[in-house]
Amino acid sequence: MLSFTKIKVLFIYLILISAIFFASLNFKNNNLIDKNVNLGLDLQGGSYILLEIDTKPLISQKLQAKVIPIKKLLSENEINFKDFIITKNNITFTIDEEKQNKFKNLFFKQKDNVVNNFIFEYNKFELDLEFNQDKAFIQFSNFGLVNLNNAALKQSIEIIRRRIDDVGTKEPTILQRGDKRILVELPGIDNPDRIKELLGKTAQLTFRLVSKDDGFGSEKLILSESEEELTVNKRVIISGDNLVDAQPQFDNQSNQPIVLFTLDRLGAQKFGKITTDNVGRRLAIVLDNSVISAPQIREAIIGGTGTISGGFSFQESTDLALLLRSGALPAPINIVEERTVGPDLGKDSIDAGVFSLIVGFILVIIFMFIKYRIFGLVSNISLIANLFMMVGILTILEATLTLPGIAGIILTVGMAVDSNVLIYERIKEELKTEKSIIHAFDTGYNKAKITVIDANVTTLIAAVILFIFGSGPVKGFAVTLGIGIVTTLFSAYFIARHLTSIIVLNDKEGKYFKL
Amino acid sequence: MNNKINFSKFFNTANIISLLAVLISIFFLFFKGLNYGVDFKGGTLLEIRIENKNIQIQDIRGSLNMPELGDVNVKQFGEKGDFLIKFEKNANKDEKFISELKISISKKIGSAVNFRRVETVGPKVSSELLKQGITAIALALGAMLFYIWIRFEWQFSLGSIIALIHDVVITLGIFSILSFEVNLSIVAAVLTIVGYSMNDTVVIFDRIRENLLKYSKLKTNEIADISVNETLSRTIITSLTTLLALFSIFILGGEILKGFSFAMILGVVIGTYSSIFVASPVLNYFKVTQKTLLKDDDI
Repeated sequence: MLSFTKIKVLFIYLILISAIFFASLNFKNNNLIDKNVNLGLDLQGGSYILLEIDTKPLISQKLQAKVIPIKKLLSENEINFKDFIITKNNITFTIDEEKQNKFKNLFFKQKDNVVNNFIFEYNKFELDLEFNQDKAFIQFSNFGLVNLNNAALKQSIEIIRRRIDDVGTKEPTILQRGDKRILVELPGIDNPDRIKELLGKTAQLTFRLVSKDDGFGSEKLILSESEEELTVNKRVIISGDNLVDAQPQFDNQSNQPIVLFTLDRLGAQKFGKITTDNVGRRLAIVLDNSVISAPQIREAIIGGTGTISGGFSFQESTDLALLLRSGALPAPINIVEERTVGPDLGKDSIDAGVFSLIVGFILVIIFMFIKYRIFGLVSNISLIANLFMMVGILTILEATLTLPGIAGIILTVGMAVDSNVLIYERIKEELKTEKSIIHAFDTGYNKAKITVIDANVTTLIAAVILFIFGSGPVKGFAVTLGIGIVTTLFSAYFIARHLTSIIVLNDKEGKYFKL
Repeated sequence: MNNKINFSKFFNTANIISLLAVLISIFFLFFKGLNYGVDFKGGTLLEIRIENKNIQIQDIRGSLNMPELGDVNVKQFGEKGDFLIKFEKNANKDEKFISELKISISKKIGSAVNFRRVETVGPKVSSELLKQGITAIALALGAMLFYIWIRFEWQFSLGSIIALIHDVVITLGIFSILSFEVNLSIVAAVLTIVGYSMNDTVVIFDRIRENLLKYSKLKTNEIADISVNETLSRTIITSLTTLLALFSIFILGGEILKGFSFAMILGVVIGTYSSIFVASPVLNYFKVTQKTLLKDDDI
């Protein structure tokens, strides 16, 4: 165990030098290789926001959209039906029992089916149909629900990305988490409240006429500016989907902040027609079930552009324009978890963490030197090498260093000497019975090997499990702990062993062997 | 460290103490329970810094006298003027709530307030995190059991697992007795304790296995004694260096790492004790001898 071939020695130190090189990248700006350790949100400050989409309203909305196609399918094929009822989750109606098979065939037709989409991905239909005597039940199939959910989640991520990019945060992370959640990480932001507000808004914009009578086709909504209750037609003239642009502006006359919007061709046509036909009536501009404003239509608006004024502050008009530009979320989104660390706390944490790392490191080094003298020195050199390799590997992987991650490094420092201690204690025992010093070292290293590996594997198991189950900062701990184990084994069995072999082979008199 | 200590003489006494400690811990865990942080209970945690350092803790409490917050807990956190606030309400469906609270507090106490840290966790996420934490610890125990079973014989595997459960239960028991907060980082600490305690046990078991093959005439307890003594200096040195590192985190690493390093310190002490006084006697109870090893090798 004490002999090293030249090529082996070369490799060991090549690895060490490259690790030191990578570790050093963190301390100066280097344009050639752009790699460094990322600081976690808990160290640099920033926000971690976990959002969850609520697809329930979307399901009933999509089901609602099926009503007309289903009725059309029934009447086109001369299938009589009655008692057509739609609830949140299903549609029921009564249908003659002898017509049920015919309807079933139409409902599950694979080609050109406008009612029930066939999902090729799962090889299933999006809707389920069941009969109970003369009653038909239609609801989304499990695959339909999954499909709906996935599409909504994808779209939401896209829209959230647009909103965040529009605000102009540096290096945001937006990721899907599970099948209902979106993780947003915003490093370095001071005040996440504005972004949180922007993320939480569905921003479903509709233009609808204010109706005179409150009949079946209308609903009561509140005008946010004056708290006046308005009866608004349920029929949507144009929605946010027809918008191609929205910008904050100041009104020429009143100098109030307003939002100027531009409609696409189809939207402009519809808008022109409606405003021509309804001069004198009030038009409600509705955002997420509350009326922003309800101005009177003074003349036909045919240019495809218009303005929204609602007594906004400039910030509000900027945000509204941003929301309208980015589009509406397909489903409401809720914040289910938020962790924000201010930059000053992050800096305090780095300072305290690094300081305790240095102190812990020095204590361990002093202890080892006192205990093992020259071999303690060997162990300490390998400990320093270990530290450089840890940082080097973290840099190569561009891993994220968190506060618990720093704790992981300190803990590794404390536990890393274990391998060397195991080996030295073993050698000490061997020296009691073994006359040849070289032989004692050789068997010492050999016998301790199994124990060292067993002992480290157990810690590695803990680190891996922590990495899989841990979230955020805790994951950072698992990363440094895991990397620490690998570098510890390397430094104990290659660097420390090589240094020990140099001492042992050059010390013919055995003056160093009072371990 | 050449003097031999007759550890096995204390095995019975130690086992009774351990058993009592485990029973007391279970009693507390069962009746008093753990003081879960917002990670596992849901709610909001705020770390605030008040500009006016003369503001007292009761002023902060007074400023939070709002029924919608639910149960409110305020404590001094590190430096003067730094406080940790916890309450039941979380920011779900109310995005403006945190910024409104900030304005309300600073108005009521008449000083600028800096929200240095905000953590708010909804009830669904917190119960998931708790489940994940428990699963992670259970999985870690299972993985260790499996690893030792492969590397050694089943008696060793059982011995080490009993020692691990002993460590985890007593550590959590102490957290329950002291009402220390249990959050995500404590789960990390418990998992590391599991790894560390296992590490310690493996070193001793390795030596016991080696000595079982070396001395065929000795009783299990005598073998355990020899092995523990032979590895004792390593056990102590490693515990010491690890504790040196941990104490430096505990004292200098800042408030956030206090709970974590405290749990680790407890775990290292208990884990070191259990490797000697719990894991090794178990082998004796199972009458592990040279035959056990040889018989197993034949299969």
